[in-house]
Amino acid sequence: MSRATIAIVGAAETTRLGKVPELSQTGLHADAALNAMADCGLTPADIDGIATGGHDVAEIAQYLGITPSWYDGTSVGGCSFITLVRHAAAAIQQGLCTTVLVTHGESGRSNNRNHRPIFPSMQQQEFESIYGPLVPPSRFTLPVLRKMKDDGLTEEQLAMVAVVQREWAAFHPRATMRDPITVDDVLTSKMIAYPFRLLMCCLVSDGGGALILTSAERAKDFPTRPVYLRGSGGESAEGPMISQMESFSSSRAFRLSGKAAFESADIGHSDVDHLMIYDAFAHLPVYGLEDLGFVGRGEGGAFIAEGNTRPGGKLPLNTNGGGLSYMHSGMYGMYALQEAVRQMRGISPAQVEGAKLSVVHGVGGMFSAAATVVMTTEERW
Amino acid sequence: MSERQVPTIYPETRFYWDGAKEGKLLLNACTPCGGKAYFPPRPFCPTCGSRDVEVIEASGKGTLHSYIINHLPAPGYEPPFTVAVVMLEEGVKMVSNILDCPAEPEALVLDMPLEVTFEQRGDIAVPQFRPRKGGAA
Repeated sequence: MSRATIAIVGAAETTRLGKVPELSQTGLHADAALNAMADCGLTPADIDGIATGGHDVAEIAQYLGITPSWYDGTSVGGCSFITLVRHAAAAIQQGLCTTVLVTHGESGRSNNRNHRPIFPSMQQQEFESIYGPLVPPSRFTLPVLRKMKDDGLTEEQLAMVAVVQREWAAFHPRATMRDPITVDDVLTSKMIAYPFRLLMCCLVSDGGGALILTSAERAKDFPTRPVYLRGSGGESAEGPMISQMESFSSSRAFRLSGKAAFESADIGHSDVDHLMIYDAFAHLPVYGLEDLGFVGRGEGGAFIAEGNTRPGGKLPLNTNGGGLSYMHSGMYGMYALQEAVRQMRGISPAQVEGAKLSVVHGVGGMFSAAATVVMTTEERW
Repeated sequence: MSERQVPTIYPETRFYWDGAKEGKLLLNACTPCGGKAYFPPRPFCPTCGSRDVEVIEASGKGTLHSYIINHLPAPGYEPPFTVAVVMLEEGVKMVSNILDCPAEPEALVLDMPLEVTFEQRGDIAVPQFRPRKGGAA
């Protein structure tokens, strides 16, 4: 019998999502953080650990009036927040702090900010950017034709990823895109970077989110239903030059991160009731399903197209609608975490009946980094 | 129309760009790894960490490993244009545009043979690839 040591006791997104021109990026951090503190009845004086990605963690501490004894500013792109959850858990277990705030805020749409969230890469700029792939839609998509040829992934299957996630988004009043779409809608939408069309690409939004973690022992003192971490999660990195991935059909960082998370949680795939796979583009859930081992290599596209991940399917995936339909500020990982927490609290607008275990898997940069955590409703297993 | 980007060149990669000026595609290769090439250049082997590395001239032959047809703007480019990953004969991958070839899926067949050429940007020569002449074999 194992017992949880860490719990998420506070969780919230920004008051508004999508277009939030009235707030700066720093202000989005603060709005999310204040909402998460209110969620569990804390004030800045109660927080002694702070973590964020893509933004100076010390600035957020000062802006909120937090005096940390531990901080972490890991910035590897959108999965940083998933990474920071496991780093925070390790810090609490080590006694470096007791109550950690993980914040995310990003003015991706309104651009009320003075810097971009991802460090520029020297060799990516010298050997890739000069050929014209300057933005995520023309970089993240580079490996996919290779996978389509080698593994049989089809444009229709990629389109179905967007269709199915729109079905989930329809449950969420806060989702940006809620109207149903068809495969035909996706395959006739504007061409962005062949074979990728507009509806296979994520939204560009403003928003934020925050989580508060503490020890499982203290979790019962809070008014919220604790969401426990199971195992220590996983992380890995392959690097910002997407052309240098070992394989274009499978992410090494995904495989290593997922394996570590499943092994440390001592779970099998059939134990997973709910799954979030960061979807900046339609191919990400396909790689994620395969690289985490839910399906065999080359089976991810068909698995989604056959309806296994849609509402009522056997593996509910991206139940907020994902980056394709819910929102995507640029670093989406925090929103995947928030939906998993809602599912474990039993309060998601797209609640999976009886869900007790959720896996959250994210990508950072363009297949540059990966992180995975496992959440559960159960204190013991 | 603005100019195409030129690379910021660092001391460790100067040889690569100097070679390109002379019409050569130069790579690093690791001696302890049996002369295995790697990319992009750096003064040590990313497989074994050895600093015992040399500069070799690539054959300039490769195949079309993957690509996108980019419809988004980029300085100096007229969309749509092809951004490709080329697999060199030496077993390393590098990004390139595909010159002398329409930016259309029908003309861009994965694994088709390619050969290096060089595009002049100011005083910098940028390695590029095009369909290999007589390259159906």
